[in-house]
Amino acid sequence: MGIARPMRYIHGVTARCRKGLPAMSGRRFHLLCVASLLGVVLGARAAPAATPEAYDPWPGLVQDIFNNRPMNDGAEVIAIEMPYRAEDAAIVPVTLRTKLPLGDSRRVRTITLVIDQNPAPMAAKFELGPDANVTEISTRVRVNNYTDVHAVAELSDGKLYVTKTYVKASGGCSAPATKNADEARSRLGQMRYRQFARAGQGAASGAREAQIMIGHPSHSGLQMDQVTQLYIPPFFVNQLRLWQDDSLVLAMEGGISISEDPNIRFTYVSNGAKRFRAEARDTEGHLFQKDWQVDASGM
Amino acid sequence: MAHRVSVLALLVVFAASTLSQAKAQELPVSEVAPGIFVHLGQTALMTGENDGATANVGFIIGDSAVAVIDTGGSVREGQQLLAAIVARTDKPIRYVIYTHGHPDHVFGGAAFTGDGTVFVGHRNLPQAMAARGPFYLDAFRRIMGAPSMEGVRMIPPTRLVDGTIQLDLGSRILTLRSWPAAHSDSDLTVLDAQTKTLFAGDLVFLTHVPVLDGSIRGWLGVIDELGTVPAERVVPGHGPVSEWPGALDGQRRYLGTLASDVRKLVARGEPITVAADTAAASERSRWQLFDDYNARNATTAFSEIEWE
Repeated sequence: MGIARPMRYIHGVTARCRKGLPAMSGRRFHLLCVASLLGVVLGARAAPAATPEAYDPWPGLVQDIFNNRPMNDGAEVIAIEMPYRAEDAAIVPVTLRTKLPLGDSRRVRTITLVIDQNPAPMAAKFELGPDANVTEISTRVRVNNYTDVHAVAELSDGKLYVTKTYVKASGGCSAPATKNADEARSRLGQMRYRQFARAGQGAASGAREAQIMIGHPSHSGLQMDQVTQLYIPPFFVNQLRLWQDDSLVLAMEGGISISEDPNIRFTYVSNGAKRFRAEARDTEGHLFQKDWQVDASGM
Repeated sequence: MAHRVSVLALLVVFAASTLSQAKAQELPVSEVAPGIFVHLGQTALMTGENDGATANVGFIIGDSAVAVIDTGGSVREGQQLLAAIVARTDKPIRYVIYTHGHPDHVFGGAAFTGDGTVFVGHRNLPQAMAARGPFYLDAFRRIMGAPSMEGVRMIPPTRLVDGTIQLDLGSRILTLRSWPAAHSDSDLTVLDAQTKTLFAGDLVFLTHVPVLDGSIRGWLGVIDELGTVPAERVVPGHGPVSEWPGALDGQRRYLGTLASDVRKLVARGEPITVAADTAAASERSRWQLFDDYNARNATTAFSEIEWE
């Protein structure tokens, strides 16, 4: 995953070079392209940050992640909310909200979250349980750069609908990395479940809001071990599944752009189940499982 | 094509060497105690205009050697600090001590990579610099621009501190102590017993709103312990040299307020975004750069306190 970005960037530069040829003298432009490519090869990840607006990775991402399927305007289907400025590069809140009106015969099957300028742009793919009526999902992501963030909903009609927002990278000394190396290790595998009151919606409606927290250091794999001089392999939660009794509420395929200690807050509709169950797997094959009694009051 | 590329490369090398040979002017420093010199950083964000010179940096001269404490926010600042040292002593710089790994403290490291200089830091610092270094270099090239970032690279410490060590500058013993996660996860302090001067790095902020990048609960605990260090004055990471331990009062109140506000929000079931907007609002008039850092501090504190 770590090398995906530089490879794509080279692709982007060469594409731009080809497109740019008519615009300026071929010879001069060619020299510039050689210089850019050298920058990519030698300076690696420095180049994209220096010119965040230089090229738009989205068309390439549509190809890589969505196999070039047509993208429809998602303004009526899905909303994405993020702060305009990432306050802490390691913890940027994001909320996804479905907007299909009551009575629409379609439903949202999946929502894919893409942070275009991150080293691993595909942050997460959420699968919404067929009977859980999940309408809102909040989590936290790492944001490395000034970037578009896309949310792509796949509806039951098989079509993709996209919406996007823009986030400015944080300033200062925050970084998309562990803040407390000692604590991160000790929390591995802990899981917490919490249910929240939904203002104005009584227990009878069945509407619920809940949160799952998983203690996990989520190493990006882009850093070198100072002792062994080897790259630490990526280590993060790549699969999370949540059920009420045996009915799927929400599943997530995650990447390294999900913040340390993954935290998912979501709405759903109770089917009357007494137990809520979570199962998470990470890239080293650890399986974390836990279940909880659901508070019948809806609180 | 190979020819053109090599001409380009030669030009780059030539330009870089010319720049590095330009004589650096001296960073203004004041002698806060005998043999202890401090430059007070601007209370500002790191920018191309200030060359990242926002943190306090300093040096201590012993009978046989010099120790530099933090290197500044650019190689330019580091070179100016070096010029200020050379103007005052011909003793060798034996140690460069990092109080932690943030850019405004470590970006000047490349100015001090001379023969026999040992870089010293917290046991977690090499890992923190490895994990954050590439991101910082990218981000600050964007924020400060290429001229201020000229020559900046991460120089990790090779002498690591886990607990307490002493360094002898010749009739002058410095006590270095590593702390559990607080401002960051690699905070280190330097105590000069002779003058009872404590270099606290970013474990202590005055004027500049404290910045949380480690553990709020850890920091509140460290403040209490730090207060027992037998010093008379502190050189904080940001803000004026101040009386000890009274200098801790402001940030103890700020961090205590932030923690208790966030704890209430977590208990009420509010989302993290509400903490960013509201926590510690009562502290707003008491600090500079509050709007630049408070929301971020609240976000960081929330992600820790929700695990209580």
